[in-house]
This record gives sequence, structure tokens and C-alpha cells, in this order.
Amino acid sequence: MASSFKNRAPLLTWFATSMVVLWLLIAIGPFIWTVWGSFKVQGDFFSKADWRNAIYGVMTIVETGDSFTGDGYHGAWIEEEFWFNVLNTAVVVFFTVTISLTMGTLGGYALARSGFRYAFWLLILALIFRAMPHITLVSGYLLPFFEWNVWGKLSTTIVVLVAINQPFTLWMLHSFFLNIPKDMDESAMVDGCTRFQAFRHVIIPVMWPGVITTGLFSFLLAYNDFAITSMLLSSENQTMVPRIASFLGSVREQGNVMFAVAAVVSAIVPLFFLVLFFQRQIVSGLTAGAVKG
Amino acid sequence: MIEVENCGPFKCETVIQADPDATAALRESAPLGKYNALKTYTNRNHLAFDELSDIWSTSETLFDFVNGVYNLPFYKALFFTLTYTFLVAPSVLILGLFIALGVNRLPQLVKGPTIFASLLPMIVTPLIGSLILFWMVDADGIIGATLQLIFDNPDLSLKASAPLTWIMLIIYGIWHSTPFAFVVFYAGLQTVPSDTLEAAQIDGASRWQRVRFVIVPYMMPLAIFILLMQLMDGLRVFEPIVGFSASAKATSLSWIIFNDLFGNAKLYGSAAATSMLTIIFVCIILTPVLIRTWRDFNRKGI
Repeated sequence: MASSFKNRAPLLTWFATSMVVLWLLIAIGPFIWTVWGSFKVQGDFFSKADWRNAIYGVMTIVETGDSFTGDGYHGAWIEEEFWFNVLNTAVVVFFTVTISLTMGTLGGYALARSGFRYAFWLLILALIFRAMPHITLVSGYLLPFFEWNVWGKLSTTIVVLVAINQPFTLWMLHSFFLNIPKDMDESAMVDGCTRFQAFRHVIIPVMWPGVITTGLFSFLLAYNDFAITSMLLSSENQTMVPRIASFLGSVREQGNVMFAVAAVVSAIVPLFFLVLFFQRQIVSGLTAGAVKG
Repeated sequence: MIEVENCGPFKCETVIQADPDATAALRESAPLGKYNALKTYTNRNHLAFDELSDIWSTSETLFDFVNGVYNLPFYKALFFTLTYTFLVAPSVLILGLFIALGVNRLPQLVKGPTIFASLLPMIVTPLIGSLILFWMVDADGIIGATLQLIFDNPDLSLKASAPLTWIMLIIYGIWHSTPFAFVVFYAGLQTVPSDTLEAAQIDGASRWQRVRFVIVPYMMPLAIFILLMQLMDGLRVFEPIVGFSASAKATSLSWIIFNDLFGNAKLYGSAAATSMLTIIFVCIILTPVLIRTWRDFNRKGI
């Protein structure tokens, strides 16, 4: 919208701005509150007496002598060995993203260039599988995994996550490759390249924006997943999110809720930086489907 | 079951043991692992046709009937899933549009940070996001304690009553999904043709009329896209129920499957039946989109 014809009505501007500020408070307030509170003791974060205790850390000073404490983090990362779960998450996420991008680029390119009818049915299947709740697929996987004795391993989880992620990467990269003009690889093939050479020398140099956007969403899927990782990983081998869920059961009794709070904050930090650096790609990825449709 | 006298060196005690002969006879007449046909689908934990007709014939008012149906686990989960989906999706649409309109008026400098902040609730792991809110509405957390103060009721707990738990989950859903609608609408607002807006203004349309008659129709395809994504997401609602520990008050279809598979009693058949029913629901809701994709594909001229 061109701003030239906007004769600003002060009341409306004031109203719109205050609404946005209110939304920002709702959107980001809980995060700030929890990050701040994670450096306090439980008596402050869950303060019966006065909510302002959580801000000034009255109980924290009484218990530790300082208004900030890293006890929650120490407890979570060292005593509860949360670092191991972080490593597991890193492994699962890295391999899921790498494998699904490799297969997604090749498959998406093939589907975008294929003129056959079955390409459409593959895409429809992908759409249906994408819409299904992830956990409905797990119920089919579990029994064979027990029988083959591959349950509880990171590699099994990676395979399932790739499978669940694949419809999405296929759709996204398929529509992305459709936007790359056919002429480019066709002219390369006229010049004597094979199909694969055309892909390597012509398409790969221009495909990175789409691949990065798709990679971001694959990362989010693998990182944020709870249904699959909690079902398929044994308790010694968990990634971060199911571990946090199982923290809840155990720490309630021991009164160590702050361990869980610290673990939650630790899990948010990578996402925070992800949004910070890749905001433009995330926005473009979210709107890609909408603008196209 | 038979009673057996176990005589130790000091005393005799009577214990009830499984009778091996009787068990064998029972196996003979009703073997385990028999082909079950569609009985898993129709038993009490799923579609429950017998119970439904039973409730229908015994209950006198419609309210009784609904109440009885609500006590069946599958229908209970279906009620919640549908309520959640059909309350969250429209609220998200309206809220997202207004926030997008508001952000669009902001000076260029603060737009970037605003979008950054707005993205967070959506990007953060659903389980973690729901935990953060859960700790805030805890009886000792900031919102929970404040609500107790406002209503002057120290026993008020959002977790204890079913309606409040539902409201809490739905508010979480709106909080989690609004950023998506906002981002899509905001991107759409950048492409609204300014000629049309100016023409409307010259014709004397007020600010509200311009939104109502120019921007909203222009946004309609985007709204349908968001609605569709929200329907898909709403039908798979699961993590917040675990995060809010709300399973006693509200269950969803996904949560039933999870519950069947989790722990030691692995009810594969039951979980698979619920999965299939869920998939059928998803397919029914998706049919319009599939038809549209079919048309698009044909238009591509292949």
C-alpha cells in the first residue's frame, strides 16, 4: 500500500499501535518471563506470596546469596545429563535434514519435470500423508520395529522422521523447481549435457534459496517433534523434547521443577537464533504455498 | 480360577491360581488371536455402535443422549478435537488479519523486530510452548495467582475444572497459530494493488469500508489457505494436552492413539483403529482441496 494517500487519523493509529503492542506482549511475554525466571529458585518462580518475587528474586537471595542462580541449569545439564539428550537431538536433526533434502531435491526436480500422470498421484499422496497426524503413522510402525529389534535406536527414528518429512519437502521443492524455467536445463541438454549433468551444472547453482527454506522447515519438524521421538526412542536414548516431558513426571516429586524450566529455556535458545537469522526465509516459506495457490 | 492350598514349612495358605485345565478349555472355545473382523472399530473404545443404540433407547432427552455419548472415549475425544479446531481456526483468522493490518501501519523501522517477535510462539516446539504457558497459569505461577487474586478465590485452579481446561487449551491454540495467519496476511497485504484502494478512496469509501470491500475480498484465497492449514493442525492437536497435563479433562484423537501405544499395555489394534478413523476424518475435510489441486494440475496443461 502506498503511504501517500494515508491521511493518518491519530485515534486509529493510536488504537492500531496499542493493539500491536498488546499482541507483542502476549506473543513474547511468556518467553521473557520464563527465561528470567529460569535463573531463580522455585520459591520465586512459583511464588505464592507475591508475583514480584520472581522479578527481584527475594527467595533466590535468601537461598543462594545472589539474585541470579544457575542452579537449574547445573541440575538439568549435569545432574540429569541433559547434554546427552542435546547431542542426540543434534544427531537426529542433522541426519534428518541432510537425508530428506537430498531425496527431496532429486524427487522434487523429477516430479516438476515429469509429464506423466503418476506424478500427480504421487503429489496427491504426499499431500494426504502430510495432512495426517504424525502419530497415526507410528501405530503402524511400532510392531514391526519391535519384531525386527530396531526399536529405540536413533537411526530408526531418523528413518521415520525422514519418511514423515518427505511429503512436505517434495511438495515444497516441487513447486520451487516449477518456478525455475524449463528452458534452462533444456538448453543445457541441447548443448549435449545428460539429464543429470544438466541438474548438476545448471539447476544446483540456482536452487539454494529454495533448499535453504525447505531445510529450515525440515529442521523445525525434526527438532519440534514429540509424538515420534517419544514413541520410538528408549528412555536412555531420548532427544530433548521427550526428555523434557519425562522430566515433568520425575521432577514434580523431587521439587526440582526448575530443572525442567532450565531445560525448556535451553531448548528454546537454538530456535531463537534460527528465527533471528532466517526470518526472511521462514516468512517466504510460510507464504509460498499461499501465494502459489 | 481355582483355589489351591499352598503348604509351606510353617503354615498353609489358600491362594487363588489360574486353573491350567480350565484355561486350556477356554483357549479351545475362544482362542486368542482369532480374526476379529471390524469388531475393534465397533467396540466400546471406538465407534461403540451397541452403546450408542443403548444410550439412544434409554435416554429421554437430547441432553441425556449427548451426555451419555460424551462418556464414550472416542466421542469424547472427537468432541474436543472438533471444538478445538472450529473455535481456534476462525479466531486465528480474525486475529491474524487485525494484527497484520496493525503492523502494516507501523513505521518501517520496527516492522522487522515485530515480525520476529510474532514468529516465536509458532516456531517454538508445541510441547515447550504449552509448558511455558502451563507454568504461568499454575496456581503459584503469575497468571494463576493473579486470577486467584482477582476472583478472590484461593482454590481457583485452571487445571481442576473441565471447561477452564478447554478454554486454556483453546487459548494456547490461538496463541500458537495466530503468527501463521498474521505472516500470511501480512505478506498478502503487501500485494494489494494500491490503484484499487485509491479508487475506492476517491469514490468516498471510509477506512473501514476499504478494509471490508477491497482488502478482505482480496485476501479471501489466503484466508482459505490458512483455514485449511488450521483444520489440519487442529485435527492433530496433541502436544498441548501432554504439556498442560490435561488428559483427564480433555482428550484428542491423537492423544488416544498415543495413550494406547504408550506404556506397557501396547494396544496396537486399538491404536490402529483410532488411526484409521482419524485418517478418514482428515480425508473428508481435505476433499475440497484435493479437487482443487486436481483442477490446477489439469490447467498446467500436461
